[in-house]
Amino acid sequence: MRIAICVKEVPDPTAEKRIDEGTKRLVRSGENTLNPYDRHAIEAAVRIKEGPAPDTEITIVTVGPATATRSVDRALAQGGDQSVHVADDAAAGSDLLGTARILAAALKRGGYDLILLGQQAADSESYVMAGLVAELLELPCVTQAASIELGDGSVTVKRQVESGYDTVKATTPCVVSVSDAINDPRYPPLPAIMGAKRKPHEVLTLADLGIDASTVGAAGAATSVAALSKPEGRGDTIVIEDDGSAAAQILAFLVEKKVVA
Amino acid sequence: MPLKERISAFDGLDITPEQREILEAIREFVDREIIPVAKELEAKNEFPTKIVEGLRDMGAFGMRIPTEYGGLGLDLVTYALVIAELTRGWMAVSGIVNGQYIVGGMVAAHGTEEQKANYLPRLAAGEIRSCFSMTEPGAGSDVQSILTTARRDGDEYVINGSKMWVTNGDRASVIALLVKTDSDVQPRYKGMTALLIDKLPQVADQGGMKISPPLGKLGYHGVESVEISFEDYRVPASAVLGGEDKVGTGFLQMMSGIETGRINVASRGLGISLRAFELSIEYAQQREAFGKPIGHHQLIQKKLADMATRIEASKHLILAAARRKDSGQRADIEAGMAKLFATESCQRCAEEAMRIFGGYGYSTEYEVERLYRDAPLMMIGEGTNEIQETIIAKGLLKRHELI
Repeated sequence: MRIAICVKEVPDPTAEKRIDEGTKRLVRSGENTLNPYDRHAIEAAVRIKEGPAPDTEITIVTVGPATATRSVDRALAQGGDQSVHVADDAAAGSDLLGTARILAAALKRGGYDLILLGQQAADSESYVMAGLVAELLELPCVTQAASIELGDGSVTVKRQVESGYDTVKATTPCVVSVSDAINDPRYPPLPAIMGAKRKPHEVLTLADLGIDASTVGAAGAATSVAALSKPEGRGDTIVIEDDGSAAAQILAFLVEKKVVA
Repeated sequence: MPLKERISAFDGLDITPEQREILEAIREFVDREIIPVAKELEAKNEFPTKIVEGLRDMGAFGMRIPTEYGGLGLDLVTYALVIAELTRGWMAVSGIVNGQYIVGGMVAAHGTEEQKANYLPRLAAGEIRSCFSMTEPGAGSDVQSILTTARRDGDEYVINGSKMWVTNGDRASVIALLVKTDSDVQPRYKGMTALLIDKLPQVADQGGMKISPPLGKLGYHGVESVEISFEDYRVPASAVLGGEDKVGTGFLQMMSGIETGRINVASRGLGISLRAFELSIEYAQQREAFGKPIGHHQLIQKKLADMATRIEASKHLILAAARRKDSGQRADIEAGMAKLFATESCQRCAEEAMRIFGGYGYSTEYEVERLYRDAPLMMIGEGTNEIQETIIAKGLLKRHELI
């Protein structure tokens, strides 16, 4: 089985996010790291390889600046066998569709049976990349997978939804985004960290993928950020100072809201 | 609350991307698997089985073991920084890794081919644990005054005596034991031999070898320190570290292990300081007194500045000693300096943290009191700081001798 995992390098999610006032884009000059949600997708693939399909080959696919190799290595250390990295200055500033176009072109070359993504990226938080990539590749798409079971020419995915779980069967090849509840990603073993650099890395340009640079990057972006503002404060926060009756006050509030009976 | 910039052993240091990735992985493990459970395990004096299994899965027990024996063959710089990060989580964890490191290092450096093949792959995989033992009820800093003997009898050695403060001694499957094989020779250290003794883990009575229950300690809970006594306990002559022609070189073999062990202890001191400072700088911005956060009061600022400066200096002393050792040079003076400064500093940082936290620092609800109880061992273990000062001074007088 051939599995591709789309990963993204994002600014350290634990650090404060900053917006460049001029470009209205996220400042990415600080510490960057592998999108934590992608680690669940890698873990899901590694478990397939360790379990039902030991001959699985796992390819890490990313679009990002040349410096994103660090996150690619991190993904390889967690269990990837090889990587495809589209690094082209003309890709900078791509909007969601532009990024999806590049990913789709890179994925098309690989002939993958299963394309996995994390549920969202910790920077843009859009949740839509799996849908975009699947649409461009004309493949079935299942999102928010809480479990993935391999079948013959298909996968059965339990989807986490508000009311419980949906069970969806999709023919392969297909695109699946995994929820962050699907697994507990392992820590990269130290030997794998040391071996990541020795794994095959393919670095591609837009030209290698036959992509017209004017359709992607800042030049090809169909969307632009008009304005950014902070959300209004809710203003309805109640602060209870404990004078010995705090527990009773909280209970009364919860009863009033019918949270507890 | 998260800090805008984290406190770590390695940020800002000139290290390779690979070293950084290893440290990031360890850091994440510490934040998620060690810090949240350390307080409860420590309070119950419980061995951190799950943490040890996690570190084993990551390959952490083979960090310094050569690659041909299944280890990672990592340099001392990386190892030292990993130990600091682990200790930032909980000192007991680095103590467990440390036993493996010292014994693995001694076997790799001095063992026979057979000993290396027998022990190193199992140590690297974390299948077995190990401990080393020199200290006796009547002999600590003065190692040459040990009384435990091993008398040659045919193809065997017969061991008699008692060893004290053997950390990891109960769970270990192999002990690197320093004994006297010749009580008459002068200088005394030439009559000392290191033996690799197989034992059963967690069995108190093994015939002529008896392992005491864990000794009570101020801190350093979670990892056992025991007394091991030998009474006519027989081991094959092949147990001599490095083979029979190495009889009489055990003291030097042990000391070579201890030299890098001192860098290791320095790192553990640094780890305690890092945690003390991390907690303190957070608390100093949250806790208010006289109408403002206590971190805005100059006397608290003095403490924060002192702690951070000591941390920075400790880091660089450790790095300098480890780099010197990695380059193949002797580093006993540098290792001694790093150990002396980083461990005196950890005691200071733990105390300052307690003063900054006030009553909460003294409370068992918070981590600070554990740091305060763990720190003093770092000034005593692996050569007291008084011994370090002697080693540093003697080394300097020799290095800069008049000609």
